[in-house]
Amino acid sequence: MNRRRFLTLLGTAGVSTAMSAVGAKKAVAAGNQSFKGYKDSYGVLHDTTRCIGCRKCEQGCNEVNKLPAPKVKFDDLTVLEKSRRTDSNNWTVVNKYNVAGLDHPVFRKQQCNHCLEPACASACFVKAFTKNPDGSVTYDGSLCVGCRYCMVACPFNVPAFQYDEPFDPLIQKCTMCHPRIQEGKLPGCVEACPKEALTFGKREDLVRIAHDRIRSNPGRYQDHVYGEHEMGGTAWMYLAGVPFEAVGQQEMGTKSAPEYTAGALGSVPMVVGIWPVLLTGAYAISKRKEKVAAEEREEAVQAALAKARDDAAKALDTALAKAAKEKDAAVTREVKKAMEQAEQAFEEKFAALRAEGQSAENGDDGEGKEDA
Amino acid sequence: MHDANTKSGLFTPGNIITGIILAVGAVITFIRFTQGIGAVTNLSDNNPWGIWIGFDLLCGVALAAGGYVTSASCYLFGMKRYHSAVRPAITTAFLGYFFVVVALHYDLGHPLRLPYPLVYSQGTTSLLFEVGLCVATYLSVLFVEWSPAALEWLGLRKIRNVVVKLTIMLTIFGVVLSTLHQSSLGALFLIAPGKLHPLWYSSFLPVFFFISSMVAGLSMVIFEGTLAHAGLHHKMDETHLKEAEGVIFGFGKAASFVLAGYFFIKTMDIAMDNDWTYLGTGYGAWFLVEMFGFVALPSFLYALGVREKNVTLVRIASINAVLGIVLNRFNVSLIAFNWNLPAADRYFPHWMEIGVSVFIVTLIITVYRFIATRMPVLYEHPDYKDAH
Amino acid sequence: MEIHTLHEFMLHTKNITYLLMGATLVGFVCYWLFLTGRDKKIRKY
Ligand code: SF4
Ligand code: SF4
Repeated sequence: MNRRRFLTLLGTAGVSTAMSAVGAKKAVAAGNQSFKGYKDSYGVLHDTTRCIGCRKCEQGCNEVNKLPAPKVKFDDLTVLEKSRRTDSNNWTVVNKYNVAGLDHPVFRKQQCNHCLEPACASACFVKAFTKNPDGSVTYDGSLCVGCRYCMVACPFNVPAFQYDEPFDPLIQKCTMCHPRIQEGKLPGCVEACPKEALTFGKREDLVRIAHDRIRSNPGRYQDHVYGEHEMGGTAWMYLAGVPFEAVGQQEMGTKSAPEYTAGALGSVPMVVGIWPVLLTGAYAISKRKEKVAAEEREEAVQAALAKARDDAAKALDTALAKAAKEKDAAVTREVKKAMEQAEQAFEEKFAALRAEGQSAENGDDGEGKEDA
Repeated sequence: MHDANTKSGLFTPGNIITGIILAVGAVITFIRFTQGIGAVTNLSDNNPWGIWIGFDLLCGVALAAGGYVTSASCYLFGMKRYHSAVRPAITTAFLGYFFVVVALHYDLGHPLRLPYPLVYSQGTTSLLFEVGLCVATYLSVLFVEWSPAALEWLGLRKIRNVVVKLTIMLTIFGVVLSTLHQSSLGALFLIAPGKLHPLWYSSFLPVFFFISSMVAGLSMVIFEGTLAHAGLHHKMDETHLKEAEGVIFGFGKAASFVLAGYFFIKTMDIAMDNDWTYLGTGYGAWFLVEMFGFVALPSFLYALGVREKNVTLVRIASINAVLGIVLNRFNVSLIAFNWNLPAADRYFPHWMEIGVSVFIVTLIITVYRFIATRMPVLYEHPDYKDAH
Repeated sequence: MEIHTLHEFMLHTKNITYLLMGATLVGFVCYWLFLTGRDKKIRKY
């Protein structure tokens, strides 16, 4: 019984998971809001077919953000031989990809993609990340607890952590030069790029420019703007002449991060609303069962008692009748005997019933085992 | 209150090992908090979570599920026979959660900001917020649920009686909170579909974590019972000893059936996501090891043990099931996580990370022994028998 | 407040939901006491 209730409940949890996912979307539609992000927000288009892997953008980033001087100078291109990722001192890195069937390597820059629906912001439990109206996703270190869930959540493996800082370790990542944009300047990397492989502009325009380039240069590009829809869309977008997987960009769904968690988050209030009801119900049922069982036991004992008394009275009556008929002194002795017998029988029956009642009690508990 | 056991020589082999572990733990703790996380771990930018999350948090919370499972079956579902199992289970659950929070301080970059999400800046879209809120609340609930043991020990009858009146409400809150955070621990990984291997990733991860937490709770009660019987037998009263067998078989039966259900939903999830082809790969083989060796096998061992009334077999099954839970949490958070990164970027724990985990477990055992040898946990306090 | 992103929307709705959840739990206890207020006293734990 309890288990069944349990399974039903789990079913409900599952359904409510599904329903709340739908619910979230419905609310979007119902509120007539499409959540297309901030209007006129900025972005950058990275055209990997123009990138020559000079690492000037890395240098530009390092300078404008006053990051620590690198161990290897930026004009040393041998570092490109090894695949790198962003870390706490390098908010952007360029990687070299040798693609089969191509006589030249392909270079691609990596940094925070400034998602339209940032996974890092959705994951952070202290709201340390903000999606700004200018399109950038920035981080406030004064809130950060250092749980590193944002690093787990980011689909592009961007945020890095200062593991070697004992007292104030923080997350480090590209800010899209939010402070510079506010001043009307270009991001450091875009300004430094000598080949115009990076184009800064309004995201809507960039999408158009990207598709224009694909259309007007047949054969040069893959017909795909990476980041236009990936993970709900990103502010940084990429063009490539080779399949994106070949330049280290995983195929990603178009679902944004909050959509992945909406279901689970939505079932939380459902559990809070329904569990107490069902659990109190279970408690009340088990209490009631106990009470009924106790009552029944009591009743049974009473009934048996009454019956035994009846029997005794009957035996007495018969004996008395007998005595009256024979009017014999010896018979009176008989009566006494009969009475004694009846009394004894009653006593025995009573004791037996008692014992029965007790064992029933234990048996009752035995059933409970099933329900764990 | 002291008994012969605590007096009989401090230098028993057990105590010496405990002492060494605690000393090493203290040294690592010092390094961690003066040199930073990087000095004692193999964590990296690609692998932000290691065994301090995979074991201390995920396994710690799952294995402390005995608290809600036992108190719910006794107080809510009317299984009075398990009453003597409630106190030990609540005690371990309370200690478990308490030390989960202690262990978290090692892993967090800013441990002192741990209350921030609750009181300063609430990131309510985060599943981690949900976990944090529930764990904090549940820890308080557990503390109150557990407090009668301490209050009886201290002889504070009045407060104790007030607390005991709250039992039903606390139990219900406990189950609600446990449902939420046990499942939310699984839901933490929902946001990273690209990083977790498809065989383990599922939109039903929260359900899987919740169901398996029940198995963990039931199995840990049996397993801890085994340990306590070996070490603290003299502290158990007659009721406890008499009911212990009933608990073992009752919980064993339940765990067996829940494991069966868990096996089925995991299988159906493979069908729903159409992940069959992955079963032929290396990860697939590993997945099958988990499913058959650590879900189906313990379920079957439990069933055999319960049918044959074989206590030893049920205890073996409980160890198997507990290992299965640990394996599952490791798979989700470490082994199948970042599965598409090259081998050189994968994570393997530093010995000092393992050292901290061992240190924490040792602390739990030490404190449990301290409590169980002094407070009425494994026996009923003679003055308070009636009130249960 | 204008809402631009799904993230903001969820932040807004979940803030309210969490407050409601706290109220719900307290409300349940009060309502149960009201509901059973006239019942005969049975032995409680
Ligand atoms: S790329 Fe990663 S760090 Fe950057 S906004 Fe997106 S989720 Fe956040
Ligand atoms: S590490 Fe900091 S920024 Fe990242 S999720 Fe945790 S609290 Fe938020």
